[in-house]
Amino acid sequence: MNKDMLVIGGGIAGIQSSLDLAEMGFKVYLVERLPSIGGKMAQLDKTFPTNDCAI
Amino acid sequence: MKQNKTGENTEGLRVGVFICDCGSNIAGHLDCAEVTKYAANLPGVVFTKENLYTCSEAGISEIQNAIRENNLNRVVVASCSPRTHHPLFASSCAQAGMNPYLFEMVNIRDQCSWVHMGQRDIATAKAKDLVRMGVAKSTALEPQKDIESSIIRKILVIGGGIAGLSAAEALAGMGLEVLLVEKEERCGGLMLGLNVLETGKSAAGQVSELAATVAATAGVTVFTASRVAEISGYIGNFKVAIETPTGRVEDTVGCIVVACGAVPLVEEGLFGYNGKDVITQMELEQRLATGSFKAARVVMIQCAGARNATREYCSRICCATAVKNAMIIKRKYPLAEVHVLYRDMQMYGDEKEQMLWDARGMGIKFHVFDQKKPPRVGDGKVTFQHAVLDETKEFKVDLTVLSTPLVARPESSQVAALMRVPCDKNGFFLEAHAKLRPLDFAADGIFVCGSARYPVTSVEARTQGLGVASRIGAILFKEKLVKSGIVAEIDQETCVGCMGCLNVCPYEAIIFNRETGVCEVKEILCKGCGNCASTCPSHSAVLRGYKPEQLLAQIRAI
Repeated sequence: MNKDMLVIGGGIAGIQSSLDLAEMGFKVYLVERLPSIGGKMAQLDKTFPTNDCAI
Repeated sequence: MKQNKTGENTEGLRVGVFICDCGSNIAGHLDCAEVTKYAANLPGVVFTKENLYTCSEAGISEIQNAIRENNLNRVVVASCSPRTHHPLFASSCAQAGMNPYLFEMVNIRDQCSWVHMGQRDIATAKAKDLVRMGVAKSTALEPQKDIESSIIRKILVIGGGIAGLSAAEALAGMGLEVLLVEKEERCGGLMLGLNVLETGKSAAGQVSELAATVAATAGVTVFTASRVAEISGYIGNFKVAIETPTGRVEDTVGCIVVACGAVPLVEEGLFGYNGKDVITQMELEQRLATGSFKAARVVMIQCAGARNATREYCSRICCATAVKNAMIIKRKYPLAEVHVLYRDMQMYGDEKEQMLWDARGMGIKFHVFDQKKPPRVGDGKVTFQHAVLDETKEFKVDLTVLSTPLVARPESSQVAALMRVPCDKNGFFLEAHAKLRPLDFAADGIFVCGSARYPVTSVEARTQGLGVASRIGAILFKEKLVKSGIVAEIDQETCVGCMGCLNVCPYEAIIFNRETGVCEVKEILCKGCGNCASTCPSHSAVLRGYKPEQLLAQIRAI
């Protein structure tokens, strides 16, 4: 069985999945349609309620 | 010989300073270009750069290239909160070959640009001060090593509802050992008391099936009618004691899952609650499930005991529950009158929104009321003031159903105390970060899922349970545990064994060695809070990365 992973979409969900999978020791290919990952969240400024920078 | 302002030797120091605009968050309120120019002339600084976003891929690679090309041995990033970004920058420095403990972060956003909006000159001057202090501290930093320890690949799951069962199922599926502790006689939690789910499937049937699967899975040990009595230790090596009907069981686990759920509020006298003709949605579910429901005229009251001064929060699931049950009644007894009195309907998502439309189509009546003029229940009728029409309405009623919120279990504070994890003002468990770490506690190796954290639907509880399993997999599938080297150390020569540090340590990370008569730090338990260092009368206890000379370098640079 090939244990490499393919994650389609580099928004917050895809990024977190990729990170957790990589932490588990799997090789992850993350594919994003746009030139940079981050998705909708990267377009936000601050996030409620902690005022952390969304990017 | 080059010297800094306080006369210390800066020979051999190669500091790189990165000033972050944070888009307009910082650059919009202070002059980042001027701060960058200023930083270039600070003692020891050989490289400076202003970035639009230092945390972006481009920003990170600029740090790494600068380390390699300019042989940097200190990196200072002046940007946002170290709480969220210190780990990213430190590990990026490590990737480029620099010891990550030689990285220093300066917060010129939360503590500068945000608090001095509209005062550009003041903010710029303060940012310079903060950067100067950060650079001074960085010059006094010492390289450290990460601390490593072993990992036990076993998990304790507290609570056998849908959330805990889902976590246990997924963890066992990964090949990990699971101890599942349930306080009731059987697993299933609140779902055992429900009638059918929105899908029309039996809730109790679905959760019982899952409980049976989990109990039959190799590697899972289920303890019912049991409770967790003691927890000590740390991530990778928690010692736990479970009280079971057949005696006490002691074991060691690597991680802990808190999935002890919540309970529906039952409050005697609330809108005339009596458990007979004024009942909760949970009791209605039971009547529908057992076929004992008898009423021709039903009124449901939303936000009963919620979104008020005592309980400010919205329980999220009661609107959908009320609509679901109203539809079940209406489908079975088309002539029954069903009224739903609400303040706001929370029917989020595609399916629930459609449910609300369908319910209206079936003839279920929805009426909005004002919180200040709540409905009155009694004498076989419900009277209320319609908030839009501004007229008093009265319905004859056989059964009043209160949509009460889920509230924290009374014993959850004891569970929290076992692990020293926090609860919010409503008694729900408090996660590490509302956005970025919704399933983690701030304490390493302990996780939360389901309604223990906040009222959730069965689908959300299951999603969170499965999510927790992947968070734990990411820890337990490593060969060993690596933790920060920022821990306390006690000078064995100068310590007099007064045990002052031992008393202030919240993590039981300090022990008194009876043979040598002095105190010692158990590094793996130490969280680097610094309580011991600030207490020690002989200055024998110090916190690595925050030693007196390092902090003094920072203070003297003011």
